[in-house]
Amino acid sequence: MQPFNTVNGSAAPLLASNIDTDVIMPKQFLKGIDRKGLDRGLFFDMRFLESGELNPEFILNQPAWNDAAFLVVGPNFGCGSSREHAVWGLKQVGIRALIGTSFAGIFYDNCQRNGVLAIQVSEAQLKQVAGVISYAETAKITVNLPEQTIELADGKKIPFEIDQLRKQSLLLGLDAIGTTLQRAEQIRSFETQHLLENPWL
Amino acid sequence: MNSPRTLYQKHIDSHTVCALDDQGHVLLYIDRQVANEYTSPQAFSGMREAGRKVWRPSATLAVVDHVNPTAPVRIATMPDAGGAQQVSYFEENCRDFGIELFDVLDKRQGIEHVVAPEQGFIMPGMVVAAGDSHTTTYGALGAFGFGIGTSEIEHLLASQTLVYKRLKTMRVTVNGTLGTGVTSKDIIMALIEKIGASGATGYAIEFAGPAITDLSVEARMTICNMAVEAGARGAFMAPDDKVFAYLQLKPRAPQGELWKQAVAKWRGLHSDEDALFDCEVTLDVDALEPMVTWGTSPDQAAPVGGHVPDPASQPDLILRQGMQRALDYMGLEPGMPLSDVVISHAFIGSCTNARIEDLRDVARVVRGKRVAAHVRAMIVPGSTLVRNQAEEEGLAQIFLDAGFEWRQSGCSMCLAMNDDVLAPGDRCASSTNRNFEGRQGAGARTHLMSPAMVAAAAITGHLIDVRSFALEA
Repeated sequence: MQPFNTVNGSAAPLLASNIDTDVIMPKQFLKGIDRKGLDRGLFFDMRFLESGELNPEFILNQPAWNDAAFLVVGPNFGCGSSREHAVWGLKQVGIRALIGTSFAGIFYDNCQRNGVLAIQVSEAQLKQVAGVISYAETAKITVNLPEQTIELADGKKIPFEIDQLRKQSLLLGLDAIGTTLQRAEQIRSFETQHLLENPWL
Repeated sequence: MNSPRTLYQKHIDSHTVCALDDQGHVLLYIDRQVANEYTSPQAFSGMREAGRKVWRPSATLAVVDHVNPTAPVRIATMPDAGGAQQVSYFEENCRDFGIELFDVLDKRQGIEHVVAPEQGFIMPGMVVAAGDSHTTTYGALGAFGFGIGTSEIEHLLASQTLVYKRLKTMRVTVNGTLGTGVTSKDIIMALIEKIGASGATGYAIEFAGPAITDLSVEARMTICNMAVEAGARGAFMAPDDKVFAYLQLKPRAPQGELWKQAVAKWRGLHSDEDALFDCEVTLDVDALEPMVTWGTSPDQAAPVGGHVPDPASQPDLILRQGMQRALDYMGLEPGMPLSDVVISHAFIGSCTNARIEDLRDVARVVRGKRVAAHVRAMIVPGSTLVRNQAEEEGLAQIFLDAGFEWRQSGCSMCLAMNDDVLAPGDRCASSTNRNFEGRQGAGARTHLMSPAMVAAAAITGHLIDVRSFALEA
């Protein structure tokens, strides 16, 4: 997994509430057995016009944000289907972190497993961030995970909280499975006892 | 052990291999997993690349459900290259890793969350995870189920565990008695409307109260299934005699002495009397009406006797913009009576509402009637066993006589990953779980409701209160 330390780039506002994973990655891009080509599917119906051309209205198609490293999002971002393809697609277009007031649970975990930092901030903080990054000339921010801050173009720093376990795993780019399997003996002994107590399992 | 615990806490405590920190992270042991062909391939590829074995192959049941066609005559070949590749890789993975698979032609094939309970694969007290958000369904059996992504599927296959953070707990107490024509679908739709699409984010919901006790096990599954549409990462109900009776007849239920031993233990699966929940919600269903959605989020719902709401009356800017966008997408005007909404399609199916009781509800409404001439109406049973049972009970003939398409099982037009896709502008009364933009096809419009309500809409050609409809009959 790609480690996350300090990342600098532009942040695109996408502030509608309840943007679901069907919208982030529509069904026609789910038919693969690998992770390829999902950059094309990301926000497909918003990014492209019916003619197949880029929709100039969509934020990620505008010059200041077309290489965005961050999305500043509305409440309940990533709700709906568990499809991890949504996060793979975000990663493939270069999104490294999301900033929002709330994320759907499965989506939040999927971000973590792919080294995408999902930052939860208060409504007031979100307004502050959105108020600055929504202008092309001040769209760039720096997300500093070790210090747990978002630095805006106006110099203001916004602190954020994150579980230490998640933070360490992102900083080091840890392989979660490898880490867990270091406890294989402990799992096996738990399992033996568990099946003894619940023999119908 | 001494302080009173909720059922959720009991489930997590009994499945904790070890604590990982003091912020609520644990290594959680998972008893069962259900796998499908579309969220699992990359997980199996990861296992292959790392040279890992599946920790406990018998803990996983694999079912093809998302991409297969539902045409009335079943064939093994997928019509599109992507679906064909997913199905064949799924078969290869199940074979190589020793996992039991119900393929398209299997008599037990169906939607994973219909099939697993039907087989007795899910039992009270279990913790279950699967690569599908509607894994919450299993709460109705007194199990704790939750959806996970593909990376987590791989983690689970490799270690039988997940790195898990404890949730907060919410109790939803449902009081009162449902009126005729009002169903468990209406209860969960009313709850989502009340608390919002993220009202339960970060929570596990325990449903309790007399209106829940009154419901059948299948009707309870509908509620737990859709709890995820309020953001809940898990939903459950204390198992009771109805659950035990339901399970006892299932193929994989424990037998004899083991059954008695299991039931004795399952009777202890309830929240302690003094257990504290982080949040309490109460719902009274005495006056509940059948619900329908008017927007593009499951919380944009109203009683069918109501009107399309006016965004101008919503003070919150983001919510107001969301409402306006939803009405534009749905092609509806504020103030319009919901019963004036004319449909082009009716779909009965999905892990939410395609079990045998749902189909009986539909048959009661459509017997001896005809689907409106301008409506295409489809019934996709939740499993092949449900399909066979509906044929034995004579329901299938009632559907065919009324002009419904009677199809094979699969997820079908709930998410339209197979060839059951709506065209732009189509408007569908649907017994499914999500009315998102493009969910049933790009540009298509979905109205969620109970199966009986879909049936009534199919006959009249517009949204209608199934209760008045029944009186007309």
